[in-house]
Amino acid sequence: MENIKKLRVFVSPWLVRIGLWLIPLSFLLVAFFYPLSRIFALTLDPRTLTSENLLLASEVLLFTFYQAALSTLLTLLLGLPSAYLFARYDFRGKSLLRALTAVPFMLPTVVVAAGFSALLGPRGLIHSLFPFSSFPFIGTLWAILIAHVFYNTTIIIRVVGNALSSLDPKLEAAARSLGADSLRVWRNVILPILRPSILASSLLVFLFDFTSFGVILLLGGSRFGTLEVEIYLRVLRLPNLPLAALLSVIQLICTLVISLIYTRIVTRATVQTAPRSAESNIRKPKTLREKIFTTAFAFLLSSFFLLPLSSLPLRSFFRLEADRGQRGEVLYGFTTDYYRELFINRRGSVFYVPPIRATANSLGYAGATVMLSLLLGFPAALALAKPTRLERILDPLIMLPLGSSAVMLGLGFIISFGAWLTSPLLVPFAHTLVALPFVIRTLQPAIASIPERLRQAAASLGASPLEVWKNIDLPILRRATLAAATFAFTISLGEFGATLLISRPEYPTIPVAIERFLSQPGGLNYGQAMAMATLLMLLTLASILLIEKFRIPGSGEF
Amino acid sequence: MLEVQRIFKTYEGKPLLNDISFSVAEGETLCLLGASGSGKSTLLRIIAGLEEPESGFISFSGRDLTATPAHLRDFGLVFQDYALFPHLNVNENVAFGLKMRRLPQGEIAERVANSLKLVGLSGFEKRRVTELSGGEQQRVALARALATRPRLLMFDEPLGALDRALREDLLNELRMILHRTNIPAIYVTHDQEEAFAIADRVLILHEGQIVRAGTPAEVWSSPGSAFVAGFLGLGNIITGRYIGESEVETRFGVLTVDCKHKHQEGENIHLLARPLLAEKATNVVQGVVTDVVFQQDQFKVTLDNGLYVYLREVANVGEKIEVRVKVECLT
Repeated sequence: MENIKKLRVFVSPWLVRIGLWLIPLSFLLVAFFYPLSRIFALTLDPRTLTSENLLLASEVLLFTFYQAALSTLLTLLLGLPSAYLFARYDFRGKSLLRALTAVPFMLPTVVVAAGFSALLGPRGLIHSLFPFSSFPFIGTLWAILIAHVFYNTTIIIRVVGNALSSLDPKLEAAARSLGADSLRVWRNVILPILRPSILASSLLVFLFDFTSFGVILLLGGSRFGTLEVEIYLRVLRLPNLPLAALLSVIQLICTLVISLIYTRIVTRATVQTAPRSAESNIRKPKTLREKIFTTAFAFLLSSFFLLPLSSLPLRSFFRLEADRGQRGEVLYGFTTDYYRELFINRRGSVFYVPPIRATANSLGYAGATVMLSLLLGFPAALALAKPTRLERILDPLIMLPLGSSAVMLGLGFIISFGAWLTSPLLVPFAHTLVALPFVIRTLQPAIASIPERLRQAAASLGASPLEVWKNIDLPILRRATLAAATFAFTISLGEFGATLLISRPEYPTIPVAIERFLSQPGGLNYGQAMAMATLLMLLTLASILLIEKFRIPGSGEF
Repeated sequence: MLEVQRIFKTYEGKPLLNDISFSVAEGETLCLLGASGSGKSTLLRIIAGLEEPESGFISFSGRDLTATPAHLRDFGLVFQDYALFPHLNVNENVAFGLKMRRLPQGEIAERVANSLKLVGLSGFEKRRVTELSGGEQQRVALARALATRPRLLMFDEPLGALDRALREDLLNELRMILHRTNIPAIYVTHDQEEAFAIADRVLILHEGQIVRAGTPAEVWSSPGSAFVAGFLGLGNIITGRYIGESEVETRFGVLTVDCKHKHQEGENIHLLARPLLAEKATNVVQGVVTDVVFQQDQFKVTLDNGLYVYLREVANVGEKIEVRVKVECLT
């Protein structure tokens, strides 16, 4: 005891801080800022900034804006009534429906693309059931727009719905008592109050549509040259790295500007409505009109979200067309062939290895990403839990990779680490770059939420500093760490843009394998795409459930 | 038992604690009373070992504790916001300190049960602490501190977050528990009623110094300075000039004061006029009534010259009255 009392270690707090920042910052320096500088250098080369390149870039930019704006409008069209439905009415299955609308947001793009293909594609369920009702879907602008709506409606529902349900019902009553009819209550009272939240959520949706890659490539095809798709094409199909660099710089600038505007609107929006109990506004539909609205809209929403998600597993168990090279009698109907094929290494197939190896690769990459992002995220989250003024500046710096697109990260890796591209190690590094902001944002509030008083209380009860860490910090952090790990795991599993650019053909991940299966002819390849996408969807859904279970309520919002 | 000697501490360059010395005897409850910013909480944290003094000593039963870290001091601490561990239930919270001391399971169970019984929370063992009311949480915090049988109990504004009625109940219980367990205690508060209700001895802290120490009755009957009288709200504080022969010139006219000290002629001194009337007092103050408030069984009457007194009978606003007040010397 006497010895313990005299043992006092003094470490300068500044040294600790620097130590905490050293690892994550040097990682970002090497894996993000260095490639970024290479991209900028390539862009600013006079040979890049030709009028021909600039003209092409402006066309691409214009189309990117166009499709994003159109997608956002359509998302609002579905999202606003949905927000109203959820914020004002109570009906059976409401929480389930609400959860359902949020599912696509977490799903990998390949899964969503495969789902729409399974439902509406030329080899999809509807086309097979009604062969004469042929209408083009895959490869049209509509496919892109509808997939975007599918993805992002939940943002409008959450942001606008929250504002709507925190709106004081007395305001409406006051407006009515002053002589306003329903229409004018909406136009003069409710909409003006909701405007910041509608604007903010629209901008967020716009941002996601603007940077969308997988959906556009897989559902629209390379005809629809958005910035992202064009960067990908200029890297892999019609190699022109300087043009790709120019496009990604334009992309980055646009994303940053949109994010800045978004941040400003959000700070204004949060001042507007005071949080109050959300219960008082919610009631059961009473009049006939209300009943028709809630029933019809709930039905519309559930079929819109359920159909693509359920078509995918359904389609993966049914043979609806002949396999490539298959002659004679084709057995249509229920089959587990597509799953069994995943384990077979066929000559002349898309891969040199059994396709299931893609699953092993993905899991390996995901595991490495979890380790790496926790290793880097923990020190940063510890430092950011109680930031000094200098460290507040470092916070957006660490979040910056979130604003740059995945395809751009891939491009940066190719330009900077081209020599190591044969190594499978690059993939988890790229995934960590994408996952790190999420990991930090999950850990940081949990660490910050442990009040100093708890540690002092433990100390006054006889806990040594080590015991305080073991009994107070660790148990409280365990849940957040698990949530962060699952986040990193899910992100790595579904990551498509960067992986497509830098993964080796012999080490495909699940999303890359699905893309390759989808782009090949033949029923067997298509079926295997469906089977793999179903597996990926199940893995992701399981992860979402885990995250929800571990997450400390109210933390980790973006 | 506890000796605090010559503690100094500065905060952002300003002295926060300026030469603080006192002691707590066995079984004694000492109350540190002061406004926010008076340094009382810092003093408590220094005694607990959570902060270090710039100079000075803390000792207990003659043993120097200055270099002993908090977890080896064996002082129980109860916080204003309770600081219950949110990931543990009531039972686990109370058992925490006992586990740290590596007591055998059976003894832990017995002590937890006893502590919970002492604070009236038997049957709450399995409850989550986040589901408890404020009063219940405070009882758990107290049980948690009591379970380790500390050599000293410290309370940092323990009832500050509770409403008035609950505060009085808990205060009475706490006083009885402290007497029963005979553990010496230091109780920090800014509320003088709370302090007088629980303390055997009160220390009043002001700008980092102890400005008055004594039993509640002593402090009440002779506050000793204008600051203490004002802080405790004892009555009207009047400044005046001593003009000799026990007479002081004030804005209420010349008042006669019975003073133990010798004052120089022309010296500025502070007087206290308690609001309760003294029929035999020699000082008469006249004024027009500007405000009348009914309080308990009497009327608080304020005059146009600022003096307030308690009257048994109602006075009317605008009425000119004469009151007899007893004046004490504060300097």
